[in-house]
Amino acid sequence: MTTVALEPTIRRRRRRRRAAKVAKYGALAFAALIVLLPVYVLLVASFKSGTEADPSRAWALPQAWSLDAWREAWNGEQYGLLPFLKNSLKLVIPATLISTMLGSLNGFVLSRWKFPGSDVVFLFLLFGMFIPYQAVMIPLTQIFIDVDFPEGLPRLIFAHIVYGIPITTLIFRSYYATIPEDLIEAARMDRAGMLRTYWSVVLPVSAPAFVVTAIWQFTSIWNDFLFAVFIVTDPAKWPVTVALNNTTGSFVTPYNVQMAAALIASLPTLVVYILMGRYFMRGLMAGALKG
Amino acid sequence: MRKIRRWGPGLLLVSPSILLVAVFVYGLIGWNVKVSLSDWRQAQETSGFDTGAYAELFPSAELGQVVEFFRSIVTGYQSDTLTTDPAWVVDVRHALLFTIAFVAGALIVGGSLAFLLDKGVSGEGMFRAIYLFPMAVSFIAAGVVWRWLMNPAPGDRSTGFNLLFDKLGLGFLRNEWYLGPDWGAAALAVPAVWALSGYIMALYLAGFRGVPEELREAARMDGASEWRVYRHVVFPHLRPVTLSALIILGHISIKVFDLIVAIGGKQLITQTPAVYMWILIYDARDYAKGAAIATLLLVGISVLIIPYLIYTVRSEREA
Repeated sequence: MTTVALEPTIRRRRRRRRAAKVAKYGALAFAALIVLLPVYVLLVASFKSGTEADPSRAWALPQAWSLDAWREAWNGEQYGLLPFLKNSLKLVIPATLISTMLGSLNGFVLSRWKFPGSDVVFLFLLFGMFIPYQAVMIPLTQIFIDVDFPEGLPRLIFAHIVYGIPITTLIFRSYYATIPEDLIEAARMDRAGMLRTYWSVVLPVSAPAFVVTAIWQFTSIWNDFLFAVFIVTDPAKWPVTVALNNTTGSFVTPYNVQMAAALIASLPTLVVYILMGRYFMRGLMAGALKG
Repeated sequence: MRKIRRWGPGLLLVSPSILLVAVFVYGLIGWNVKVSLSDWRQAQETSGFDTGAYAELFPSAELGQVVEFFRSIVTGYQSDTLTTDPAWVVDVRHALLFTIAFVAGALIVGGSLAFLLDKGVSGEGMFRAIYLFPMAVSFIAAGVVWRWLMNPAPGDRSTGFNLLFDKLGLGFLRNEWYLGPDWGAAALAVPAVWALSGYIMALYLAGFRGVPEELREAARMDGASEWRVYRHVVFPHLRPVTLSALIILGHISIKVFDLIVAIGGKQLITQTPAVYMWILIYDARDYAKGAAIATLLLVGISVLIIPYLIYTVRSEREA
């Protein structure tokens, strides 16, 4: 008797649960669609030929797929990004390597080889991560001129290293805090000095932190616009973000070329994201203290 | 003294970084404040002390001016009697509108996505990867496509969302986006929400997952419905996450620059304080005023960050 009476409620509950599930997946899929919408627009527009690149057909797929816009944005005479991509590479590789190594050394000392006041020093460094860089930009460009610092990319590399110290130190410091104290203590018992302990105990287990930090620095330096636009005055030395903004900021640039250019400029960081998403994510969480 | 042999090398190893940060963060901030208080208003640097730059950014002490200043910011009404720099008043209004729309939008979207993902769905990894991918793209590149998506051109020249709305029979949704005279700055927050929601989602998801399962189970045993479990057990646990998210979003918002330049260029209608500072330096060569705006940005961010840093370090020490 009871089972008969209960059945409709159970069925109703089940139906409601299924409806909730459909709604949930629907909402998640809709959000994914919106997030990917700009990518669709970029791709579709970039594969259109010049004659087809008309705003009225902008949402439609290309009738004839064409690589013209990609060719033009890659190394075309007028809008080619290739020289600027090279500048960005020349900038991002040394800046990422040096700031990651600095972060590793700092993080090691500030978590595992502390000195009196090292926590205060950490705070002192950390604050540098949050400042709006506008607040140092005028004196920074001035100081470069005053000391005759080599123009162009060296200035930019230097700036990214200096202002990268806080975040790289933070990531390594949190990572090294998870190394078991016994390991460090054992090295100390063996009368190993600081550099020896770093070299033979800490460095060998640092690979994940190096990957996380390097990805973080690579992405933020590649995508930087603020430092570049203030520091690099010679257009031949522009990194790709400044060149892209210059190309696309003009109304005469055909929009299929604009979209291809935006894709080309984003490809390196996107490839890193797709291949190393897990590490990218960890950097984000470590940088939760940062924006 | 014997101990110094133990910790001395550590200090020595970190000292180059300490020195660099001392000079290039703190030293240059000081120098910037000095520039903001100078009469360096043209290309030629001078050394005279002058508070003129700040005088153009704040209303004078008269009550009437103060009221007018805030009225202009809130209503967007351009006053002729106000002595403050009119472009700056517009900038502050834009910054406020942008901040409100951006912070609220990213918190709501990011929080909801995390809530939906919390219980575990199949394909969670894929959803997460999609929501987070905008973090890997520069604001400059994103700005290229968003400027097109939010293009306000009328009629035949419609593009982007307006065109899509027309095609889907949703023409009433057409709007002027970032060129809207009243709420344009809020439209600029749309791409910013797009870019940062995934990050906020990730923060909240970590927060959700950090709530001990026993706590949820205990509440269920007490007969609490799933919604009440969330309301009384899970959500209170998320307060620190919300605080972090607010700080992160707020400080991005105060200094937003690339995105605005990529979408609106140097137009006044999309201008924010950071963009105005750039224009003042590059086009007007008004270094004192540029430095004054940069100083105000720093003050705004410090008010947000310093208490947060102290709070974070304190809870780290307690743990």
